[in-house]
Amino acid sequence: MKTFPRGGVHPPENKKASGFSIEVLPLPKSVCIHLSQHLGAPAEPLVAKGDTVKAGQLIAKSTGFVSANIHSPVSGTVQKIEPAPDSSGYKRPAIFIEVQGDEWLETIDRSPNLIKSPDLTSEEIIARVGQMGIVGLGGATFPSHVKITVPKGKKAEILIINGVECEPYLTSDHRLMLEKGEEILVGTQLLMKALRVNQAVIGIERNKPDAISHLTRLCARYPGIRVEALKVKYPQGGEKQLIKAITGREVPSGRLPIDVGAVVYNVGTAFAVYEAITKNKPLFERIVTVTGKSMERTANYLVRIGTPVTELIEATGGMPEDTGKVINGGPMMGKALPLLDVPVTKGTSGIVLMPVAESNRRTTMNCIRCSRCNSVCAMGLEPYFLMSLGEAKRWDDMEQERVMDCMECGSCSYTCPSGRPLLDYIRLGKNSVNRIIRSRSK
Amino acid sequence: MNTVVITIISLSVIGGLSGFILFLIAQKFKVFEDPRIDDVEAVLPGANCGGCGYPGCRGFAENCVKAESLDTLFCPVGGNDGMVKVAEALGKVAATKDPTVAVIRCSGSPDHRTRTTRYDSAATCEIASGLFSGDTACSYGCLGLGDCVVVCTFDAIHMNPVTLLPEVIDEKCTSCGACVKACPKTIIELRKKSKKDRKIFVSCVNQDKGAVAKKACSVACIGCKACVKECQFDAITIANFLAYIDPVKCTLCRKCMAVCPTDSILEINFPPRKVTEVESVVSEIQAN
Repeated sequence: MKTFPRGGVHPPENKKASGFSIEVLPLPKSVCIHLSQHLGAPAEPLVAKGDTVKAGQLIAKSTGFVSANIHSPVSGTVQKIEPAPDSSGYKRPAIFIEVQGDEWLETIDRSPNLIKSPDLTSEEIIARVGQMGIVGLGGATFPSHVKITVPKGKKAEILIINGVECEPYLTSDHRLMLEKGEEILVGTQLLMKALRVNQAVIGIERNKPDAISHLTRLCARYPGIRVEALKVKYPQGGEKQLIKAITGREVPSGRLPIDVGAVVYNVGTAFAVYEAITKNKPLFERIVTVTGKSMERTANYLVRIGTPVTELIEATGGMPEDTGKVINGGPMMGKALPLLDVPVTKGTSGIVLMPVAESNRRTTMNCIRCSRCNSVCAMGLEPYFLMSLGEAKRWDDMEQERVMDCMECGSCSYTCPSGRPLLDYIRLGKNSVNRIIRSRSK
Repeated sequence: MNTVVITIISLSVIGGLSGFILFLIAQKFKVFEDPRIDDVEAVLPGANCGGCGYPGCRGFAENCVKAESLDTLFCPVGGNDGMVKVAEALGKVAATKDPTVAVIRCSGSPDHRTRTTRYDSAATCEIASGLFSGDTACSYGCLGLGDCVVVCTFDAIHMNPVTLLPEVIDEKCTSCGACVKACPKTIIELRKKSKKDRKIFVSCVNQDKGAVAKKACSVACIGCKACVKECQFDAITIANFLAYIDPVKCTLCRKCMAVCPTDSILEINFPPRKVTEVESVVSEIQAN
């Protein structure tokens, strides 16, 4: 069975919500849409206080190549444009819209009918993906039109669709593959056309046998697309790990997947591309898993961007009493929310409510040089050493030790028997090294 | 006997030759170092704190010797007296600067700022500020994890275990600026030193609107402009809902402090205020 060869861990899966179909969450009273929901430059607002907007209307324009458009997820009136706390608690500019009814732009096709791949050229697809504000829905929210534009002199050979969902607890991609399989495949076809490649592989881990069999059956009607079942191992959903697992090619340090001829998209992104191109629907809603060990009910919701996280928790039966942390994303890569009054963004894949007993950090003890962090690091780094360098603020040495290759999967901190905050220091090093690199290029 | 003599002679010859070769090499690769660098270094404090912006006292001494004038060079630890000594050693004129001292611009102790969440990761401000805005509703205030304490080479900052805020010991502070650089929330400011170490400053950096700031912390500056109206010397300005007292214009009259509705202006090292007759009557009535 295929997998990536180096490192990796296998945390308890806890995919409690995998058996629950996608529910449409009722519209909230008001939404808060941050202007920076993607990697890159924040978008620039196009509406003003008092304007009425319809769902799907462009409300903020992308301000550069690496930036994305933002569309109104609801119909209603713009209340205000002012800074509001994002998932880290810092205040960032946001547009507040009071919800009135649910009126969509007339151009959007709201019927559930499947539309097979329309006749569009590669350029048209790329342009449309950019207009519709699509970003990578796996969590990194990298603007999709950037990845789809193959740089001159490079050639894409294979498209990889990421249905791995290796994060414990999360099931949004799993449900999407089961319920919108055909749509994902049409989206994949569109992406293949845009990239001018003739083969696509959907990577799915073995713990989702229903999704594997469902998509394999559907693939028979879509030439060039096949499903690859992968061994269950975290962090297989990492772009470089998935490429290695499926193609056997290794992306060199500091390079991009396109350098080995691969382009990776999440299944959610493929679905968003399908909706954007065949139904004219911009990216303004996504699937969010709400789950937790002591929750009686878990769910996968189709949520409008900007809905407060509190509403999702309320709809799932409220917060259990023993909740210690509410995590935005999965328990491995997600971050605990410092406050609950924050909105769902394009990158929110799940809300995990961790009980107190499991959410506390372990007491930090001395490094015993057991080298477990080295053996689980999927990028072949030495986390214990990077942490020591980080503590001593030796940023140049950290750069030498390839700290920028770290994708912050958290396997090192997870596996450390001394409970050391390895990733925290590595992340600190990444930020500092990044600052140094940027100042160098000036 | 013979062996001993041969050994002594041969070793002496080898030693002498090696010494001569080393002497030649040392002459060939001799690096001329301005003797004045040593002179300057001798009068510097030797703290190697980096407060001057150069790598250690030697680096500063080298730059002092190289530079045409000492206008842009200043050792905050040695202060004006130290710079005079440097200038004497070099025969140049020293720049003078008003002595400064670090002040902590946050008064958000747990009494004033309630905890909204709990932080249990690595105990450094730098990491915490990268992860989230802080464990209180104020995203500007002190995180209380003590990066400034760690970085201070003069033992001049300590955490107060009650207020959970850092405190500066004025006598020890050399205003090297290490804490200013270390604080990710830019709470610490170097302010002009006044006689008897008296200080008046706005002890808050919250740039939220008044209502939001007040909700997060009861001693936050709410940008109400009461102090601006009270100040006769135009020393106070407000930007982003936050007052700032210009240390140069401020005459330490303490009038602004009295009108501040949230007690966010602090006065330090002043004698207790004289209570006027009217005020004492009022307070008596209130007490009854």
